[in-house]
Amino acid sequence: MKLRVLLLALALIGVSAVPARAQALVADLSEHLIAITTGFSGTDVLLFGSTEGEGEVIVILRGPDTPVVVRRKERIAGIWINRDQVTFSGAPSFYRIAASRPLEEITTPELRAKHQIGIDQIRVLPDRRLPPEILAEFRAGLLRNKVRQGFYAEEVGRVSFLGPRLFRTRIYLPANVPPGAYTVEALLVQGGEVIAAQTTPMFVSKVGIGAEVYDFAHRYAAVYGLVAVLVAAFAGWGAGAVFRKV
Amino acid sequence: MSIYLPIAEMSVNVWVLLAFGGAIGFLSGLFGIGGGFLLTPLLIFLGVPPAVAAATGANTVIAPSVSGILSALRRRTIDLKMGAILVVGGLAGSAASVWIFSLLRRLGQIDLAVSLGYVLLLGTIGGLMFLESVRAMRRRKAAGGTPRGRLHRHTWIHGLPLKMRFPSSRLYISALVPAGIGFGVGVLSGLMGVGGGFIMVPAMIYVVGMPTSLVVGTSQLQIIVVSASVTILQSYANHSVDVLLAAVLIAGSLVAAPYGVRFGARLRAEQLRILLALLVLAVAGQLAYRLVSVPGDLFSFEPAAAPVAAVTSE
Repeated sequence: MKLRVLLLALALIGVSAVPARAQALVADLSEHLIAITTGFSGTDVLLFGSTEGEGEVIVILRGPDTPVVVRRKERIAGIWINRDQVTFSGAPSFYRIAASRPLEEITTPELRAKHQIGIDQIRVLPDRRLPPEILAEFRAGLLRNKVRQGFYAEEVGRVSFLGPRLFRTRIYLPANVPPGAYTVEALLVQGGEVIAAQTTPMFVSKVGIGAEVYDFAHRYAAVYGLVAVLVAAFAGWGAGAVFRKV
Repeated sequence: MSIYLPIAEMSVNVWVLLAFGGAIGFLSGLFGIGGGFLLTPLLIFLGVPPAVAAATGANTVIAPSVSGILSALRRRTIDLKMGAILVVGGLAGSAASVWIFSLLRRLGQIDLAVSLGYVLLLGTIGGLMFLESVRAMRRRKAAGGTPRGRLHRHTWIHGLPLKMRFPSSRLYISALVPAGIGFGVGVLSGLMGVGGGFIMVPAMIYVVGMPTSLVVGTSQLQIIVVSASVTILQSYANHSVDVLLAAVLIAGSLVAAPYGVRFGARLRAEQLRILLALLVLAVAGQLAYRLVSVPGDLFSFEPAAAPVAAVTSE
């Protein structure tokens, strides 16, 4: 599986390393593989690059799209119960954005919508036709919950320029960062238009004991359950024996 | 110091987990209940996904129950015949619960069913236990000695067929009673991911009329078997058991369990029961409050169907 991920990474780098306009924007990450080890408690990832000519830089980090069910509670007979639900696809599992200047100053609403710049621009597709006001409510509910749990951030991070060409930004990945294939999009914006763009892949995956446990739990589910029971029973027996002697 | 939980997909402070485990172990030693009904809400409060919290809770309670039952076997404070019938009912119940679980999940009402079930059950049991223990304590004060209740009270329960003798418990009752209780607890265990000791202990005392000294060991037998079956079923069907989480909780609980036992030995039976009643009522009250209070956010989200398949295909 790791080999496959690596090959995919290489393929993606190969494809995406061709910028819109030759070398107008070059960017890369300090790390392409974020390893979630047993001691993982969040980490920073550094994106750096250089631009050719004038322009401002916007960086968007997106986790893999995962379908989600959004439910709304209603009060029935005094009790709050889940009533209506909408399944959305297209919502990234994780979203961060950074820019060299305030977004409103360097982009037009059309551009923000086109490139999904800012969490209010994230496009999600409902599983069925719905009146626009209902849809907006459910969508807002989803975004609000994603922000509260730290998967999305409303704040726009800072892309800082070091001199006229070189830029860098630091993106913090919290401890609950969902594993999967991420994309980091760097956009060079000039006069309200994207004049160059580059997408770099990034992988967040569990390694070490955590990865082994996860793999085992999914591949040999029944055996895993049995082992879990035996470990607990053995621990209980061992402790009983120890404390009886004390 | 934090540890990353591979199945829950989050990192938590090890000391917090050890403290939770310790609290559960202490209660387990004190009351002979697994403590799953407290553990699951505590883990959800930490941010562990509810499905993982419930399944891992079931896994965790096995450990203190195993040490408990071993000491019960040594002290002969267990009715194996009664325990066997409970287990049969319990296994049937936990199998039935898998079916009920998937039905409720399809309806999107699993949380509601679990919360309502908890509130009704804990409220009733806690309330009855509390009243009974208060009465027992009053009687004790008035009489100045150990109260002696009526040895035999006839109710409709004694009219049921399939009567059996339980020599250790000195009972002659229908096998349907313990089997029914075992079944009910098994269903609840599957739905809520708990061992069910908190229901079992009062039910055995008040419905079956077993001697309190035998109830703890006997209910632990049922807790072990049902929790083990829930752990395996949940691992198999939902991949929701986090062994790393369970291991840390178990470590904490095993260290604390003997202290619970020692503390319990210094209390009288009705004092123990009144404490357990208060605890059960507190949990019921908290859950009832959550059901009726205005939620902070009316909306909630969770990964859509078959998240497991989506993850494994990566």
